[in-house]
Amino acid sequence: MTYDVLIVGGGITGCMTAYRLSGYKLRVALAEAADDVAMGATKANSAIVHAGYDAVPGTLKAKFNVAGCAEMPELARLLDVPYKNCGSLVCAFSEEEMPVLQELIERGEKNGVPGLEIVSGERAREIEPTLSDNVYAALWAPTAGIVCPYELCIAAGEVAAQNGCDFYFDFPVERIKMAEGRLVAVSHGREIAARFVVNAAGVYAAELARASGEEDFPVDIIPRRGEYALLDKGKGPRVRRVVFACPSERGKGILVSPTVDGNVIVGPNAHRVDSGDDTSVTSEGLEEVFAGGKKLVPGVSSRDMITSFAGVRATPSTGDFYVKPSERIPGLLHLVGIESPGLASSPALSHAAVKLLGEMGLALEENPDAKMTRPPKIRFRLLRASEKNELIKRDPSYGRIVCRCETITEGEILDAIRRPLGARDLDMVKRRVRAGMGRCQGGFCSPRVAEILSKELGIPLGDVTKKGRGSEIVPRDSESDGELGG
Amino acid sequence: MADTPTINKKIIVIGGGPAGLAAALEAHRSGIEPDEILIIERDKELGGILNQCIHAGFGLHFFGEELTGPEYSGRFIEMVKEAGIGYLTGAMALGVSADREVTFVSPETGYVTAKAGAIVLAMGCRERTRGAIGIPGTRPQGVFTAGTAQRYVNIEGILPGRRIVILGSGDIGLIMARRLTLEGAKVLCVCEIMPYSSGLARNIAQCLNDFGIPLYLSHTVTEIRGKNRVEGVVISQVDENRKPIPGTERYIECDTLLLSVGLIPENELSRAAGVQLDDVTGGPIVDQYLQTSIPGVFACGNVLQVHDLVDYVTREAFSAGRSAANYVLGKAGLYDGARVIPTLPGEGLRYVVPQRIVIPENEPVGEVHLFYRSTATYRDVKVVVSAGGEVLRTLRRKIVTPGEMENCILTAEITEKLRAGAGELRVDIVRE
Repeated sequence: MTYDVLIVGGGITGCMTAYRLSGYKLRVALAEAADDVAMGATKANSAIVHAGYDAVPGTLKAKFNVAGCAEMPELARLLDVPYKNCGSLVCAFSEEEMPVLQELIERGEKNGVPGLEIVSGERAREIEPTLSDNVYAALWAPTAGIVCPYELCIAAGEVAAQNGCDFYFDFPVERIKMAEGRLVAVSHGREIAARFVVNAAGVYAAELARASGEEDFPVDIIPRRGEYALLDKGKGPRVRRVVFACPSERGKGILVSPTVDGNVIVGPNAHRVDSGDDTSVTSEGLEEVFAGGKKLVPGVSSRDMITSFAGVRATPSTGDFYVKPSERIPGLLHLVGIESPGLASSPALSHAAVKLLGEMGLALEENPDAKMTRPPKIRFRLLRASEKNELIKRDPSYGRIVCRCETITEGEILDAIRRPLGARDLDMVKRRVRAGMGRCQGGFCSPRVAEILSKELGIPLGDVTKKGRGSEIVPRDSESDGELGG
Repeated sequence: MADTPTINKKIIVIGGGPAGLAAALEAHRSGIEPDEILIIERDKELGGILNQCIHAGFGLHFFGEELTGPEYSGRFIEMVKEAGIGYLTGAMALGVSADREVTFVSPETGYVTAKAGAIVLAMGCRERTRGAIGIPGTRPQGVFTAGTAQRYVNIEGILPGRRIVILGSGDIGLIMARRLTLEGAKVLCVCEIMPYSSGLARNIAQCLNDFGIPLYLSHTVTEIRGKNRVEGVVISQVDENRKPIPGTERYIECDTLLLSVGLIPENELSRAAGVQLDDVTGGPIVDQYLQTSIPGVFACGNVLQVHDLVDYVTREAFSAGRSAANYVLGKAGLYDGARVIPTLPGEGLRYVVPQRIVIPENEPVGEVHLFYRSTATYRDVKVVVSAGGEVLRTLRRKIVTPGEMENCILTAEITEKLRAGAGELRVDIVRE
């Protein structure tokens, strides 16, 4: 069969585009190299909905960021994803840095960011009491926010799947070829055919363009790794706003921010890496991250760290997003170089992608049967006592706490496995319901979650994986089956 | 909360491991009706972590015989059941308030608020993780805390690794080195960042030496490699500041890294209730009755301080259970208008528990059992307990190590001396 549209890449850009397209009478597919959506930069970034004052006026970054930031609260509501409009502060530490703030506020005003204000250090500390005494002044952006990026991506994917979008996992697209007026995505001998293809392949997007015959593709992707530390809930400073230092040529720099789930995140640094897969963390990197974080919020300490991770950004050589139909391959749309503010931009970027596909000849007829909201998701810990009791009466599995750090019930885990794009491994459960996300990092709950997965998937416990093939609990290449005794 | 079912109990014990079981039992023996006691246990069964500790070596002090973990806890479970003491399994305590309300949830009871005359905190501890110590590298499958691996092997019956490196020579790590070897895995080495092991001497002998497993002191893991599964780790020697020494890196091919890098008392409920915690132990600050900073809230076992031997947990829990009963029965004045003397870790000690001694006005101070750990290994030393310059007790020790908790009893006769004296009680290690 031939799909109307195939999206290559299940990050926030790809999934949000799939979500939009799933509202039309179209046959849509999404191909993803990993075993889940949100597996690249989408699962390892600062989780910030930037206000839009960073981007140079007139760029696509500026346009999509400001519009995306404005749409995010409503979109998060539709997709039932935690979002918080907490505002952000960019901090200057001396008079010398004031021109930077001035430049940012001017850019922001040109970009149409509402409510921007340069405030004194004292006022900044009223807004964010954990801030360093050395902060001299700050740019206050009240419209900035935070969102859970992978949950937003998963939710968009879920709704797309619910509306009939087909997801092909473990399907790394090597190239797009033209055949009989169609486009065909090739992956290790497997093929998916479509009339239109959207290239949302993240750090591999430029490579894909070149492999598909666009040798002169005008953008290079420079993989830049950013390392992060996540701090325990209820420990250390209670940061409530996103706190940045003044940006430099290397990006927005190390920030300190609350997460929607009540942790504090510190990071990222920015180092060029050879591979888009290199998400390892280094001790030097973590030192750099904490040094940067402490400068802004002195109370930040590695003692409160519960985990560290890294993401690789798809930094475009051109400095701006590249959102354009291919000049060589009719029907191919590039969404390339979507680095920060890619998350904040995704609501608007995906609208633009749909519009462009329309201009390229895709017939867009709204589907009245499509549901653009996610099936309701129960978050036990946030329910009122009476709601908890009604729920447990209806389904006792909601009375069984599996993840004690995050208060996640068996019922929630079962739901994560059974809903569209359901979880099939430990990390997928973690990203969907937070079991294993807390301070014990799954030490307590992972055997229990594995047991639930084993039952639900009908596989032996030892075959349950952490993150897909090759990550079984019992190592695969072992001679015996790993069962003891008997 | 009006919309929550509410129950009333004289004593609620949070945690049904060895500490909780013993505390409940002793509270009953001290005069509380069995159905006025409720043990809240999150697991499917009572017994706590002992249920997965199938090796022997428990109970030597308390029962005078060598039992496995399940045997040890089994005896207490029997006693609790025989006494008819109330308990709930599969029930998770979600909140404790300063006015002694416990909220918990279970499939059978729903979400319930329980008002208690006294509360015994016995939640135990959790293992420090890779994330907390920030081991660099990738994040593949195959990095387990020793306790998680123990659960996989002993409860689930699967072997989560074949070629294994263990970081940390805590007791669970040592026990698992032997256990995994017996199950057919190859334990390549145990790395310990400190210049000494934090495990019991007998475990080093019986779990490593007997199996020819090397223990590398002053070594740590400086990188984890592998995409989906661990493929190997880099280990490095560390200097006296525990910083890796460049040039000492060694790559070891393995599929599993086990972590035994410390235990953390699980005090999230205590903290939320407003119980004052000790930064060093990670547990509540308590007096000799094991009462926390909140009247009527007591603590015992690994939630108070990480123990090496369950026998001491039991003894500590008896004391907490008795105090809780006395509190409910109004037998002890406990805090009323009493003077409080801090107990301080002096030379060579990390901490002393209890952290303070209450001097009641109208009753004897009573026997006080002090527990402490040293900061390093000391040989041929004296442990000196003193108050206001006066030596109360001296213990000669051939060896004192951080891996083995030390204790000493101050008799009622000795502690009465504190009444007249001023200031504080301190424990020092003095070289002979």
